[in-house]
Amino acid sequence: MVLITRRIDFSASHIYNNPKLSPEENRRIFGKCNNPHGHGHNYTLEVTVAGEPDPVTGMVLDLKELKDILEREVMQRMDHRHLNHEVPELAGEIPTCENIVRVIWNLLEPKIKQGALHHVRLYESPDLFADCFRNGTADRGNI
Amino acid sequence: MSAKTNGAELRIELGRRYHFSASHRLHTAHLSEEENCRVFGKCNNPFGHGHNYVLEVSVSGRVDPATGMIANLADLDGFVERAVLQVFDHKSLNEDVPAFQEKVPTTENLCIDIYKRLKSFSHAKLERVRIEETRNNSFEYAGEELARVPVASAAKKELR
Repeated sequence: MVLITRRIDFSASHIYNNPKLSPEENRRIFGKCNNPHGHGHNYTLEVTVAGEPDPVTGMVLDLKELKDILEREVMQRMDHRHLNHEVPELAGEIPTCENIVRVIWNLLEPKIKQGALHHVRLYESPDLFADCFRNGTADRGNI
Repeated sequence: MSAKTNGAELRIELGRRYHFSASHRLHTAHLSEEENCRVFGKCNNPFGHGHNYVLEVSVSGRVDPATGMIANLADLDGFVERAVLQVFDHKSLNEDVPAFQEKVPTTENLCIDIYKRLKSFSHAKLERVRIEETRNNSFEYAGEELARVPVASAAKKELR
């Protein structure tokens, strides 16, 4: 099995606020991520697909195809958007790295026809990220 | 929860990177001066040297629907600050950390030591620590219990 990873960057705004909690609780739990007008990040997404290289092309999948899937499913949905207001898949959820990475996994998995989605890592900043992979696969996302 | 895959089928981990700087000298009393020099090379230079370490901590657990979080970053940051950064940052690993008066402060041993310090984090399950000694060298430790044990066997082990 060979793993192939593509990285993309997108920029988006968000706010952490749970309407079921009081303003004080929101402030206490989310801190400055609860600032009323939101804020933004440069996100980096790493998508890893696992598979066997095709004997004819030598490819697990055509990187151009993966690039197109990421463009359609992630960039067009999230790049330069407000994650709370403009991404229906995140409606009603707190747009944390943990939730966004799961939404991205669910968007990508059915679209990848060659190989299988193996690992998705989303960086909100260089020092904060979330990983998503299927239970029961390799303990580490990137091997 | 959106979409069709629920949390039970996917595992989500939260990863956080921390930075600390420390000095060390690789040297063991079990070897002669010549052997220390041969084994550790310039890392055995008598007055030690230092690194800007990057510590990457990964935790897993249920994503709380109310917060969207596996663990509140303030809790994780506070715990790592107290358990690790205050102990190691701007210190001599050999002189200031009792564990390394016996053990050689390689980054392998540092991984194991830091893993043990963080294992008791109560808000999520520690999955692993990964340390970059330089940007070209990194080391990981995920504990011994379930390492390299197939998932089915691991589940059985937990049941006992």
